[in-house]
Amino acid sequence: MQETAPDPPPVAQPVPRESFRAGMRAGLPFAAVGFILSLSFGVLAREVGFSALGAIVMSAIVHAGSAQFAAISILAGGGGAVAATTAAALMNSRFLPMCASVAPSLAGGWARRAVQGQAVVDPSWAMARRAGGRFDRHFLFGATAVQYVAFVSGTAVGALGGSVIGDIEALGLDAVYPAFFLTLLLAELRDRRSRLVALAGGMIALALVPFSPAGIPVLAASAAAFAGLARRHRVSG
Amino acid sequence: MSSQLWIVVAGCAVVTALIKGLGPAVLGGRALPARSAGVIGLLAPALLAALVVTSVLAEGQRLAVGAKTAGVVLGGFVLVRGGSVLSGVVVAVVATAGLRAIG
Repeated sequence: MQETAPDPPPVAQPVPRESFRAGMRAGLPFAAVGFILSLSFGVLAREVGFSALGAIVMSAIVHAGSAQFAAISILAGGGGAVAATTAAALMNSRFLPMCASVAPSLAGGWARRAVQGQAVVDPSWAMARRAGGRFDRHFLFGATAVQYVAFVSGTAVGALGGSVIGDIEALGLDAVYPAFFLTLLLAELRDRRSRLVALAGGMIALALVPFSPAGIPVLAASAAAFAGLARRHRVSG
Repeated sequence: MSSQLWIVVAGCAVVTALIKGLGPAVLGGRALPARSAGVIGLLAPALLAALVVTSVLAEGQRLAVGAKTAGVVLGGFVLVRGGSVLSGVVVAVVATAGLRAIG
């Protein structure tokens, strides 16, 4: 497919295919971790009553680990379909600002952009960011492609082989998810300002945990990013 | 699998697609205000820090420190010392499992 991007990138025009490949390479370690993450999802989903097919289909059409874990933890606690779906939606609410930030770097009409926005997952989004708030969309697509394949495969292995794998907590596999996000976070702590914002985001989230449903603390933490606005305003006068 | 669980699968798929598609569909190619670049750059540290602390310290609506907390801190040490993504995650997993086994 020939690429005729109407929106000019700020610096050098990245070659789409090379960007896609670079994205795939960058996505590989996260795909490996995502495999283990989704494997534990597959096991846990079976424990709350999912069929293997149901767990695999969920990973294939939702592809959002944090939201899927949120949904099954509600189900495990006796919650209903609406509560589980709401928890997933809240957990995914961080994708509202994330996907909005990517919007100008996508291409095509509104529907095509909405479809391209589905490629946003945490590692790809963080790694595809370029200077001036732009994103390399082909890099994003490549990074997400390998993670998607690993995520669905991992779910299949967990859902079909759960009895062999055993107890997720005894194996420490529940530590994969936070360690996964910690690797992404550490890569973001480049300067004093990003460290302060991370600290503020973490504090906001922790402060809200006792008072709000899962997902809301994380969404609210995004408010810490508005420090970027204040700083810039002061500098530009 | 009960129809209730299939409703959860379909519901999660629909809300996720809507959440991810909304910004790109509404904003289209319009450039965000120049000042937003600074905010976008700081969204990642804010959101990721929140994801990390809530996943190691929150159990439902309760704050708790446990084997997972210690395991992830150990994994973090490996990462800070220049370890790869996989090595950091493996250390976190092994340490968490080890602490649970002896605890």
